[in-house]
Amino acid sequence: MSPAINPPSYPSQQELRNAPGYPSQKRLEKGPVVAIECIEEIPCNPCEQACPQHAITIGEPITNCPHLDEDKCIGCGLCVSQCPGLAIFLIDLTHSQGSASVAFPHEYLPLPKEGQTVRAVNRAGEPICSATVVRVQNPKTNGQTPVVTVAMPRKYATEVRGILRAQGGKKNGG
Amino acid sequence: MREVDLAVVGAGPAGLTAAIEGAKRGYSTVVLDMNPRPGGQLIKQIHKFFGSREHRAGTRGIEIADTLFYEAASAGVEVIVEAEVYAIHDSTLEVVVQTFAEDSLILPSEEATTSRSRPLSIAARRIVLATGGAENALSFAGWTLPGVMGAGAAQTMINLWRVLPGERILMVGAGNVGLIVSYQLMQAGGEVVAVIEATPRIGGYGVHAAKIRRAGIPILTSHTIVSASGESRVERAVIAKVDASWEIVPGSEQELEVDTICIAVGLYPNARLASLAGCELHYFPGLGGWIPVHNSRMETTVSGIYVAGDLSGVEEASTALEEGRLAGICAAASLGKERAGDHDEIKAIEGRLLGLRSGPFCQHRQDAKQELIGIGEAQCPQQ
Repeated sequence: MSPAINPPSYPSQQELRNAPGYPSQKRLEKGPVVAIECIEEIPCNPCEQACPQHAITIGEPITNCPHLDEDKCIGCGLCVSQCPGLAIFLIDLTHSQGSASVAFPHEYLPLPKEGQTVRAVNRAGEPICSATVVRVQNPKTNGQTPVVTVAMPRKYATEVRGILRAQGGKKNGG
Repeated sequence: MREVDLAVVGAGPAGLTAAIEGAKRGYSTVVLDMNPRPGGQLIKQIHKFFGSREHRAGTRGIEIADTLFYEAASAGVEVIVEAEVYAIHDSTLEVVVQTFAEDSLILPSEEATTSRSRPLSIAARRIVLATGGAENALSFAGWTLPGVMGAGAAQTMINLWRVLPGERILMVGAGNVGLIVSYQLMQAGGEVVAVIEATPRIGGYGVHAAKIRRAGIPILTSHTIVSASGESRVERAVIAKVDASWEIVPGSEQELEVDTICIAVGLYPNARLASLAGCELHYFPGLGGWIPVHNSRMETTVSGIYVAGDLSGVEEASTALEEGRLAGICAAASLGKERAGDHDEIKAIEGRLLGLRSGPFCQHRQDAKQELIGIGEAQCPQQ
């Protein structure tokens, strides 16, 4: 069987530390790098082709989990929008003095606006801190998967994986 | 009576690829589909697909449908939509073509252009059945109330017709369909109150579960639906915990205020037409249920009738694309014009199918398919 990710249905810190696609703390400290939170052996490999630095390897069989060569990753984030599982995040612990940024795919409308203050959520969808929207990128090459970058206090960077959705005045589902 | 070399039933990924292979080899090929638009389930798949580049991973299903349709059309395939095949006898398909809207995506044939509902008989030298799968039902108190629907139905409503079936939704089933449709209901503006799953495990991919969890939706495993109730439509649902022997844990019931309950408890192969045509069926629970027995060339126990896609075992679009290609090549080769590259192409497809059916999620399908094909090799017509 594959690693049990249920409950609570998203990877634990322990599972991530053991995942071949998750960067080391040392690498995270150095600056922008992606975290591939893909820990199940599923048949999928677009991330491998998405990386111009050849920092991501799946190889054969296609069910291998992605392996990140953290020294080759330059933190360009091109893979973030290309993962069909929306499981890649770009983390920059060096965003500014005391703050970090996290970029994540955000396929919901309306999109947040740059400069806006939002509530950042963790993997369980719980709001954990305020964040500022740094960038909203949706070029054609993203294939309609907008990537939102938010900045927040550094200590939250390994927890923040999204933001509360704007829902016509309604609060976040659930 | 129309005569064609190859008739394909179903214009989903398996049917279209089968037809493309037939037409590419110079055979007159027609595809019949009961829906108003070709593409099968692809046309409501607005998410990016998994798989490899050769399976168009990273592309949204809807775009794959369009690409396949144009590929088929340019190969010379005639696609007739809103056409229901209701019988097959002696290599003849009896079809009723329902309506011909002015703007429907029909490539008009000589015979079938005028009336709104007319019969059509097509004699085919080879037939590929790619009739897909259908959603399993789940019965519980109140399951006939308006507002209870298949997850696939909800997906059709939001993604094809742009109608949100309700505002507060309960999803029953945490397989890939349940997880993906929950995500898409949120994208459409609905609120998914919870996803419940009777087994102790989430059946779908972890990444699908993770993306709806971070949107704040709880996934409750070992939970089932007890009842739905409301005046004239669903207004609430009662869910409860189940124990290891699938019994409801007394006192664990909780009421949820919902107006829509989506059922995502698996698919079964839509084998009715294959059965009518006389194809022998075999029961494979791991592949969804009763499946037409077929050999490695996808030919059934009825000579000249081939199967592909979910009909030959419920899997995924990527496997359907490959199986369709395989069935198309083999059906065409049996008409007498085996091309030089056919053998290599078949080997390559088999290799890719093996890859798609490996790993902890998919190996059981490889095992079941192997058993099925083993039965098929013994029972299906020899080359």
